[in-house]
Amino acid sequence: MKAKNYHMMSGYQKVIYHLSLFFKNLPHNLKKFFKILGKAIACFFIRIVEGFANFGRTFSEGNKFTKLSFLIMGLSCLIYGPFWMGLSFFLIEILFILFIKEFAILYLVDLTTLGTQAEVETFNEAKGIMEYITADNSMLILLYSVLSLVVICIFIIAYIQSTKECLNAQHRHEREEQAQSFKMMLRSLKDENYHITLLSIPTLLLICFTVIPLIFMILLAFTNYDANHQPPGNLFTWVGFGNFKDIFGKNAIKSYTFLYLLQWDLIWSFFATFLNYILGMILAMMINKKGIRGKKIWRTIFVITIAVPQFVTLLLMSKILGDNGTVNLILERFGLQTIPFLTDGHTARIVIIIVNLWVGIPYTMLITSGILMNIPSELYESAKIDGANAAVSFFKITLPYVLFVTTPYLITQFVGNFNNFNVIYLLTGGGPQSTVLYQAGETDLLVTWLYKLTINYQDYNLASVIGILVFVVSASLSLIVFNMSSSVKNEEQFQ
Amino acid sequence: MKKSYKRSRKITNGIIYIILTVMAIFWLSPIVWLLIRSFQGEKGAWITTLLPKQWTLSNYTRLFTQTDMFNYPLWFLNTFKIAVFTCIISTLLILMVSYCYSRLRFKSRKAFMNLGLVLGMFPGFMTMIAIYHILKAFGLYQSHISLILVYSSGACLAYFIPKGFFDMLPRSMDEASIIDGATRSQVFWKIIIPMSKPIVVYTALTSFLAPWLDFIFASIIMKDNYDKYTMAVGLFKMLERENLYEYFTRFCAGAVLVSIPITILFICFQGYYVEGVAGGSTKG
Repeated sequence: MKAKNYHMMSGYQKVIYHLSLFFKNLPHNLKKFFKILGKAIACFFIRIVEGFANFGRTFSEGNKFTKLSFLIMGLSCLIYGPFWMGLSFFLIEILFILFIKEFAILYLVDLTTLGTQAEVETFNEAKGIMEYITADNSMLILLYSVLSLVVICIFIIAYIQSTKECLNAQHRHEREEQAQSFKMMLRSLKDENYHITLLSIPTLLLICFTVIPLIFMILLAFTNYDANHQPPGNLFTWVGFGNFKDIFGKNAIKSYTFLYLLQWDLIWSFFATFLNYILGMILAMMINKKGIRGKKIWRTIFVITIAVPQFVTLLLMSKILGDNGTVNLILERFGLQTIPFLTDGHTARIVIIIVNLWVGIPYTMLITSGILMNIPSELYESAKIDGANAAVSFFKITLPYVLFVTTPYLITQFVGNFNNFNVIYLLTGGGPQSTVLYQAGETDLLVTWLYKLTINYQDYNLASVIGILVFVVSASLSLIVFNMSSSVKNEEQFQ
Repeated sequence: MKKSYKRSRKITNGIIYIILTVMAIFWLSPIVWLLIRSFQGEKGAWITTLLPKQWTLSNYTRLFTQTDMFNYPLWFLNTFKIAVFTCIISTLLILMVSYCYSRLRFKSRKAFMNLGLVLGMFPGFMTMIAIYHILKAFGLYQSHISLILVYSSGACLAYFIPKGFFDMLPRSMDEASIIDGATRSQVFWKIIIPMSKPIVVYTALTSFLAPWLDFIFASIIMKDNYDKYTMAVGLFKMLERENLYEYFTRFCAGAVLVSIPITILFICFQGYYVEGVAGGSTKG
């Protein structure tokens, strides 16, 4: 298909054309992606080298106070002003030294071994009680080491900044310029440096509750922190890539579980995304059709099901469909065979997908109705004049148009479903349990398996490996979104 | 010719009405079932009749009077408190971050945005255990502050939709006021925020609802401290196997009471919700 024929294609062909273009360009895009990645890494190292060069230049250009500032942070600023800046750098240094001496050093020395002294019970005969020898705790050593390392990184940034500022202060003094006063600094935080004011609190929160935990959990993937190595009784240690090797074939049952669940996860996300999408759109079209009365009431009826919390509706569903649930009781009363809705692997999978329709269709309906109203009505009118019936105009106009507009939404939905915790956990809890799978049930997704491994079985190392793999899948899918949406942006609009 | 066209349209509309009615029944039946069960006199989750034999209001009254084991009114207050604080803090944070990325140009802006994107792609459950230990180290274990902090910090990554919205606002307005001598903070508070009512309402609504709906994280932090539970964790506890027979009908009553305010909020602000989701997700 050649690009110059683009205007003559029907909507469907356009979508197919885009898809084929995407796959055709995939190797090229991947190459571009790795090129950019490589560039970014190279840039990073160049910046580090530049930083060192700057550092040396600062040192050679500085006078004795500035040179001394490398030892006592902010000394030049203290002498030449701005005084507030020098004082804060100096305080940062003191606090940092205290932090290292009182806290970080205790844990960082054990980082390579993650502790050697496990907790031992001994019987104290004099007192007649069991006593515990104070011991290392691998988990705390690792956690606090990560915390210390993050603090050290932040300190290094502050340190480099301080040397720069000291040199600036010296230069200003030599040119006999006025230093920036405290008041001016506060003013600039409201104006040209407003981004610092806005981003400081969110960044702090993110470092505490996202970055540090993530680094900690990623590091856990390289340890043997599982149910048999629970500190303080049993210490854990580094095992390199052992856990990854287990998942990719060395440990038969673990790798089988991973592949089994990955396969089901992909099937599930496919059906959950596309079935919901198409059926939700059909519902939206039925409600929006000319001549249908009470549009608002119909919409509200379906919106109610989104508004009622999922944990309520899904828990109810699991009780209604359970082995002794209402549906089976009704079947029994009529003398029919009961159906194991949630306790037979294959049936449970189908039931989950159907129940998810109940959850998802109203949501798609809500979102697509806005888009449907924006489709230019001339398209339908001219189609009608050409003698197209409702089905033809749906497949030739509506579906391609909406698909075109919502491709990014569809893929984010796909990623969302890939990590859909609530539906599976509340409905079946991943069950029915299976003996051929490692700590997982037949309807478990990778995320619910991850949850079970951490909460129920304390296999933290395996859980971290799965988390990393889930990240890889979601990240590559999101990469596709960005490629797609940038290609959509560059193309002229639909029509 | 015209008549037959009209008749065929009538028939299709009739068919659509039938389909919509059937679907509405299918969609509403679990909710109606929940309502009926909340008025049920006999105990237990499994009953053999479609309608309960005895009707009663005692499930509702007992929620508020028998508070020795499951303190429903206290949970309600807890959740309300957490939700109000989370709503205020995370709405502020989200709007600040998205304004910053949308309008301010500074060094390492792209780096920050990409980092946010990457952080958001790790499954949230991965970090739960580490967060739990960090909170313990800070001495915030089993407190409501910890929940507010964690919900708000998660919100810092949800800047896509508001950023998309801010991107679409005309830039000329704030450029003009900067020339007139307004600071960037004045532009944010006095010009951008008043123009962005839909997105403010949308973020406030979603962050207010988060604590009502989350049960996983709250249950990990609170463990067995029943008095600190939020609504969702408490109701989840009621349905555990050992409580199921005794508390099932009361669970239904409790669930109805939680759903009512959420449903009303949702229906009132439906328009803003759609605008937020659709605007942000289709722009790409």
